[in-house]
Amino acid sequence: MKRVADIVFAFVLFAGAVTLWAQTPQSQFVPAESIPKQEVAPGPLLYGAYAFVWGALVVYLFLLWRRIGRVERELADVNRRLAGK
Amino acid sequence: MSRSVVPILLAIGFAMFVCTPFILAGAPYEASMGIVSKIFYFHVPCAITFMVSAFVCGIASVVYLARRNRTADHVALAAAELAVVFGLIVLVTGPLWARKAWGVWWVWEARLTMSLVMWMVFISYLLLRKFGGAGSEMLSAAVSVFGMALVPFVYWSVNVWRTMHPTTNVLPSLPASMAWPILWCLVAFLCLYVAMLLVRVRLERGATALEEAYLLLEE
Repeated sequence: MKRVADIVFAFVLFAGAVTLWAQTPQSQFVPAESIPKQEVAPGPLLYGAYAFVWGALVVYLFLLWRRIGRVERELADVNRRLAGK
Repeated sequence: MSRSVVPILLAIGFAMFVCTPFILAGAPYEASMGIVSKIFYFHVPCAITFMVSAFVCGIASVVYLARRNRTADHVALAAAELAVVFGLIVLVTGPLWARKAWGVWWVWEARLTMSLVMWMVFISYLLLRKFGGAGSEMLSAAVSVFGMALVPFVYWSVNVWRTMHPTTNVLPSLPASMAWPILWCLVAFLCLYVAMLLVRVRLERGATALEEAYLLLEE
């Protein structure tokens, strides 16, 4: 029984070590030069991500410009009323 | 000054963004991840801008808490809003990359989770400013200091905890062919960031002037 327990314990240790080794984070990026182009699928995710960056920045700038326009118009209006007071 | 600087920075930023697809088309992709790894070229600069914005917000909030300087408060609010915008871009482009590279959209690992928490801290800053009522500037400034304190944790998390996310060693070890497109994108994002920060500060200054004008009108 103890022998079985030892084997199981050793297996768990081994499996744990293998799992940790397999999950080692990437610490270096290597540019791909040897992979032929046709093996790499075109990336709609890549284009989607770039489009999202553009979209987010343009929408934010547009909203910012609208808010500035509204505040400056309102400020000019209130200043006019203050001057006429 | 900001009125002349903003159009120049915006023009530079957007001109660089127009050229970026051509630069990325020629840039190499990573050996194990394939073409989707090109997301890295704008995901990382965006993440750097997110962290810069968190720092700007935190430092401006510290200045506001120490000196009650109104301009510092305006800068903090502008930087918090931009941290949310850039954080959102990071949190969307990251999973798009992860889907192909890791096979899943999201993993609850240290870097991703802490980035999400940091983004939510700045969301809570904006919510406090909007619905907190009188005196919310002080409370939200304190919140943003906590947001800034998260930046080093987000940065180092990949080195401290075992995670699938690439470590911080990747960036310094990049070959020139991969380093310069990322530098290009970083400069473009930073130009846009500074321009948008200045515009947002101008908006906040205008809003404050409007409040004061209304008070004068009521008197």
